[in-house]
Amino acid sequence: MCLAVPGIVEELYVKDGLPTAKVSFGGVRRSVCMTYTPEAQVGDYVIVHVGFAIGMIDEEEAANQLKILHLSGQLADELADGDNSNEIS
Amino acid sequence: MKYLDEYRDRDIALRLCRDIKAIQTRPWTIMEVCGGQTHTILQYGIEDLLPPALKLVHGPGCPICVTPVAIIDKAIAIAQTENVIFCSFGDMLRVPGSDCDLLDVKARGGDVRVVYSPLDCLKIARDHKDTSVVFFAVGFETTAPANAMAVWQARELGLRNFFMLTSHVTVPPVVTAILQAPGNQVQAFLGPGHVCSIMGYQQYEPITRNYGVPIVISGFEPLDLLEGIYRCVEQLERGKAQVENQYLRAVDRPGNKRAQALLKEVFDVVDREWRGLGAIPKSGYKLSYSFRDFDAERFFDIALPPAREAAICISGQILRGLKKPSDCPAFGTACTPERPLGATMVSAEGTCASYYKFKHWSEDHA
Repeated sequence: MCLAVPGIVEELYVKDGLPTAKVSFGGVRRSVCMTYTPEAQVGDYVIVHVGFAIGMIDEEEAANQLKILHLSGQLADELADGDNSNEIS
Repeated sequence: MKYLDEYRDRDIALRLCRDIKAIQTRPWTIMEVCGGQTHTILQYGIEDLLPPALKLVHGPGCPICVTPVAIIDKAIAIAQTENVIFCSFGDMLRVPGSDCDLLDVKARGGDVRVVYSPLDCLKIARDHKDTSVVFFAVGFETTAPANAMAVWQARELGLRNFFMLTSHVTVPPVVTAILQAPGNQVQAFLGPGHVCSIMGYQQYEPITRNYGVPIVISGFEPLDLLEGIYRCVEQLERGKAQVENQYLRAVDRPGNKRAQALLKEVFDVVDREWRGLGAIPKSGYKLSYSFRDFDAERFFDIALPPAREAAICISGQILRGLKKPSDCPAFGTACTPERPLGATMVSAEGTCASYYKFKHWSEDHA
């Protein structure tokens, strides 16, 4: 029920007095109410729940987190070289 | 899709599982709060990748599951009323009331419609000025701002034929109720990511202090959940109890201030009855006095006999993490997603429905 999906803002306009956007979810486009994320611009990623953008994706935080996840993996692999602790038991 | 696929990387997931195993020295029990998190955990078989001494229990964060039968009965009664278009999110239609569900009402000719967004109801109300359009407003803090905006916008547009049947619930009070319940086994929580996108996570800080439990606000993809579990185990092993934010790309501490402001304007905090859990003080929202003209309960004034539900259903204990679906004699036999006895089997995010879909139900998972 709290399912919310990230999508990219393609177009901004006003509908019935409310800020609205055309948001693409991997090519599927929907009209999304932007009243809670008026700072979002075309090209930004927003998280959408029941037709409302509830927040923006912090792209910097996302990139940092993924970098850390990947880097610590490489480190673990390097440390594991020469022993078998890297194998899934 | 960007921001989804990269959080499903198999190699990193397996490494996180090894990391969890490496730091765990004792058995621990962690509850994921959200139904969406439960769904991912079962869909990707995450429980099977974790050390056996690490127990995941599935929490009450499925609003469909916790909506009381009495409210479902009220929705059914309103939907059966002459000259009403009853609108709802799709999941609610198959939730059993005392005698039937909303889909039965539709089958008998009632005008029951599924909407994607609560704003869709306003268009229906404008197109049917002589009909009462009622929206079944359920959900946690994630959904409440959308529903609040529908009412606010209805007032802006001067709509007099739009009403909401409101049964909103909030997460912090139910987390507290679980911790206070006798026999509680939960030692740490994966907190509700999208609820915190709206509300931030300050509300959880006193809970970690008062009850000595770690709460890690987590996302909904496999790597989010595994990282959340890792951080819970790390805190438990070190004897810490803090709020941590794993879902950095979507959550910050203050949350969405605009959404919080509208929630405050449109709703009042009230005590709510939770299906399977009972009454929890200050655990939900109702429309505030200034929006009373949109309150479906006030407009329709329906009195009903006490609600009834299947005695065999153990969804209350499942929602508190005390039992698993495989402990229920009706699971997969008398109770299936096609013919659910209780709410945890109805919603796709319900624990029983997730078990039915992703695990072989005849196995003993206890």
